[in-house]
Amino acid sequence: MEILNLEGTEDTPKIILDKKNGIFEISGRSLPEDSAEFYRPVLEWIGNYGGDANPSTDFVFKLEYFNTASSKLILDVLSALEDIKGMKIVWYYHEDDEDMEEAGQEFSELVEIPFEFKTY
Amino acid sequence: MNFIYELHRTMMSEKLILVYQGDFTQETTKSILTMAERNLDSSGEGSSAKRKVFNVMVEALQNIVKHSDELVEGETRSHAAIFLIGRAANRYSIMSGNPIRKQNIPNLQKKLEHINGLDKDGLKDLYKEIIKNTTISEKGGASLGFVDMARKSGEKLEFSFPEMNAEYCFFCLKVNVPRGEE
Repeated sequence: MEILNLEGTEDTPKIILDKKNGIFEISGRSLPEDSAEFYRPVLEWIGNYGGDANPSTDFVFKLEYFNTASSKLILDVLSALEDIKGMKIVWYYHEDDEDMEEAGQEFSELVEIPFEFKTY
Repeated sequence: MNFIYELHRTMMSEKLILVYQGDFTQETTKSILTMAERNLDSSGEGSSAKRKVFNVMVEALQNIVKHSDELVEGETRSHAAIFLIGRAANRYSIMSGNPIRKQNIPNLQKKLEHINGLDKDGLKDLYKEIIKNTTISEKGGASLGFVDMARKSGEKLEFSFPEMNAEYCFFCLKVNVPRGEE
């Protein structure tokens, strides 16, 4: 399966989706002008991955900041991951960033996937 | 030329650390964010307040970008929007002003008053309700911006609609973020 690798910019996150090496990570800042357009390839990739997923997947979110339009798309990403067996979300937040911690908790209440919380 | 000094004095007395007027795009949004971040960093602001200010700024700026496109045509082109940040001893104020068609005011006002009527948990519930049920609008908004601003602020959103002309009012918004709780 092809690797999806997007370099982070000042308004878009770094994304690596690599089935072979078991790396699934969205990190950095997400405030793109058009969040639906930006996340479309991510959702497509997950759609394909779902048909032939690894036995277990740790999907990492390590976001420093995201805007509200991105939050809707993050929920779409989580919903797409929800149907994949062996899925776990690893939600990183900076140790003094209680807003990011709370955001992760809220997402965990909206989807049926186990969340692990970690600080950095 | 004395207006330059007058403007400077106004900015000092109102404790404004940043004022931008003109066209608003994603590019100007990024530039304004960079400038404001540098300012907050150099003033040694705590990371919690800094993050909240950044949050509110992004939502306010992207609101203007999204909603100023309806104003590009014809005479409304000149109705540029304005964005300001003030820093007082105990709080930051993120302020914006942009033209709005009069017919769109009742809806917006209702939304803002509803948000102002909610407490912390009420805002959280509303946020989850909207994010579950909304789809991204044509303008790229998830209609979560004001709710998020209210949550990050912890205070009521202040707003007014002074009249510009027969068709337009100027939507003024002020969001306060408390300083130094860390």
